[in-house]
Amino acid sequence: MSVDAPEAQAAPQAPKDRPAGIGLIGWLRWGWRQLTSMRTALVLLFLVALGTVPGSFLPQRGLAPEKVATFFDRHKTLAPWLDRLSLFNVFSAPWFAAIYILLFISLAGCVLPRTKHHFSQLRSRPPKAPRNLRRLPEAASYETAAAPDEVLAEARKILKERRFRLDAYDDAVAAEKGYLRETGNLVFHLALLVLLFAVGSGTALGYKGNVLVTEGEGFSNTLTSYDAFKGGRSFNASKLPPFTVWLDSFSANYLTSGPNRGQPTKFAAKVRYQAGLKSPVTSYDLQVNHPLVVDGARVYLLGHGYAPRFTVRDGKGQVAFQGTVPFLPSEESTFTSEGVIKVPDAQPDQLGIVGYFWPTAVPNQQGKVVSAFPAAWNPQVALYVFKGDLGLSNGAPQSVYKLDTAKLKPIVMGNQTKPLAIGQTLTLPGGAGSVTFDGYKQWISVQVNHDPGRVPALSAGIIAIMGIVTSFLVRRRRVWVRAKAADGGRTVVEVGGLTLGGATPDFDAIVERLKKAAPEEPPNTDEE
Amino acid sequence: MVDTHLANLSNQLMLGAVLLYVVAMVGYAADIAFGGRRAAAVPSEAKVLIGAGGPEASEAATDVEEAEDDGRRIEWGRFAVLINVLAWGVHGAEIITRGMAADRVPWGNMYEFTSAITFAAVTVYLVMLWRYKVSWLGPFLMVAVIIALGIATIWLYNDPGPLRPALHSYWIAIHVTAAVTATGTFTVAGVATILYLVKARDKAGKPGGIMDRVPDAETLDRISHRTMMFGFPIWTFAIIAGAIWADSAWGRYWGWDPKETWSFITWVVYAGYLHARATAGWRGRKAAVISLIAFGCLLFNFFGINYLVSGLHSYAG
Repeated sequence: MSVDAPEAQAAPQAPKDRPAGIGLIGWLRWGWRQLTSMRTALVLLFLVALGTVPGSFLPQRGLAPEKVATFFDRHKTLAPWLDRLSLFNVFSAPWFAAIYILLFISLAGCVLPRTKHHFSQLRSRPPKAPRNLRRLPEAASYETAAAPDEVLAEARKILKERRFRLDAYDDAVAAEKGYLRETGNLVFHLALLVLLFAVGSGTALGYKGNVLVTEGEGFSNTLTSYDAFKGGRSFNASKLPPFTVWLDSFSANYLTSGPNRGQPTKFAAKVRYQAGLKSPVTSYDLQVNHPLVVDGARVYLLGHGYAPRFTVRDGKGQVAFQGTVPFLPSEESTFTSEGVIKVPDAQPDQLGIVGYFWPTAVPNQQGKVVSAFPAAWNPQVALYVFKGDLGLSNGAPQSVYKLDTAKLKPIVMGNQTKPLAIGQTLTLPGGAGSVTFDGYKQWISVQVNHDPGRVPALSAGIIAIMGIVTSFLVRRRRVWVRAKAADGGRTVVEVGGLTLGGATPDFDAIVERLKKAAPEEPPNTDEE
Repeated sequence: MVDTHLANLSNQLMLGAVLLYVVAMVGYAADIAFGGRRAAAVPSEAKVLIGAGGPEASEAATDVEEAEDDGRRIEWGRFAVLINVLAWGVHGAEIITRGMAADRVPWGNMYEFTSAITFAAVTVYLVMLWRYKVSWLGPFLMVAVIIALGIATIWLYNDPGPLRPALHSYWIAIHVTAAVTATGTFTVAGVATILYLVKARDKAGKPGGIMDRVPDAETLDRISHRTMMFGFPIWTFAIIAGAIWADSAWGRYWGWDPKETWSFITWVVYAGYLHARATAGWRGRKAAVISLIAFGCLLFNFFGINYLVSGLHSYAG
């Protein structure tokens, strides 16, 4: 990473301002130093934070494309400008990538040299004792009858027990510990680099497919069976594992009383799956929070809805359509749903029907039908029927949830339509045929994905936390013990300590131990 | 499914806890007002000890202060701490009964989150009180706690009930507990940081004011820094636990959902604070302001995101 960096920080083309003789290399070096300085890193850090803000307020294409479309409708002049700044794709915007790549180069440029430095520190000797130990933030001195050598030997023993790294200088012992502080700090930052790499490569190698499955039907893990599919940049479609999943039944439980009446409490889908053509078929209870793992892919239950079943007879009395049509919920709390039935085979005219589905239909105060509950206690549909040309023949792709009414004529609208209960039939005027509401099934929306970066990203995250906790808990400490012969066979013991980031009770404990081993005696002469 | 007796008991305990917090706050205030005579001697001593270096200095100063207590006078400080501990116990009982009433972890909606976060903040404060004698923090934290619980009871209240399917996971106990603990910790740090900024601005200090008991700016800076150092890894863990949960609930571990985005922003700004504190030209006031911005992001993520933006974390209301 550090090799790329000088290019990233292109040399500024302002020869007038630059000090004479610095040259291109000088500028590159200057740029590199600027980029890897803590100040720049801080600014980049805040820019990353600032950059994500629009992503949380403006609708994002990756999350809610339909909301982006609505935004475009509402703000006709503003939206294209925001779009030019990639504000509807903030998290994949070039400027956002530029910020975080610079940040991570800056991070690497800071952490890698520090790692090297730390390695050499780990192999070096603890620094020599300062001349005057009494000037250190932590200091103690006393006199003892024990000989200097004995005191130093004892000091070595005590410090060794406390897992200090030791080194002996003439009349003193130098000890240091707490290297883990820097180690933890470096591990934290390096783990963040790994995390970013894992997330990036996981997205590049993985895939995500969404499909809507109605009870009694299934889907295979192939590109064509998905309603929407997104493969990463380096994803290879031929590597999709060949499994199949069938939905037997779906059930949703709701609260039936209390202030939160209608709130869902449980979704469960009974599915069967087969990993390969020759594998056995296995049952699975697919629930939210309990994805099905098959062949390295994960199958998630994301949503659900109703698919009413219709029989459409055309003007000639023939069955032109029979089957379930998934309706999309337009109101999550009551599951009032909308959908479209296209009957291109109807004769003499094609039929297009817009339908509304109420799982628990009740008339409201104005006499209009609404849904009172999300479960299907009294399912009814209302149908608005058009005839003419559905516009399917020109080859342009059409949404199955939208009716293109350009060449259609309404034949059953507004007051003419009465909600149908299961088994009831709407007879179309002018001998155009009839529509029967046969019943309903439920559908679930399923997401299948594979992200090889998940586990590495998680491991990096855990290591990062362990690193930072270590770094916050461990303190770098240095202790020196000096023992000098004084008059009258006494030994003056001086202990000095330096703790980076504040003192710890450790120092006093060391002195206590030392005094126990080489007991303190009242001084011969007055100290100081 | 919901035990209404326990639910009512929980509501009454909440009321009791708020009242006790108010009494504790009054006690702390009375301590500042009537215990003021001895306080005058303390700052000079504290300065001497700080000069000698070592973080224990301010604690030593507090010890001196306590030793000078006049036995005959009503000890408002002790009274306040006692009531504070009692309030904390009642608050804890409120949370437990709430959980028992709904038969689940008692953090499933905004009312419960607010209650749990303030409980975490008071817990952190009491631990710090026990370890580092930070009773000066009490009155200011009580104000924050009373406001938060007031908002929770008046505007955020929701009857206990079962959770929606997305929340049926043992990760709720892990992810939300971590988020709540970190938020409570950051709240204590935020209060200390505000005190730091006030104290750093007005170095001379008018004797007899409410800031008398508050230690000097250096100590405040160190205490808020330590508190944030405690909160930061917990917040990091909360985000990672949330990602693991999202991976099994929503089919991806990170999707820039507004709540995820703002928890990331909060994390980044707190990280910025920790770095700023170690960078020349940023330490002190600037770093403190950054940490308050981070705290603002945290609060915005908690309240603002739930009410302003719709996302997968929409459990408000």
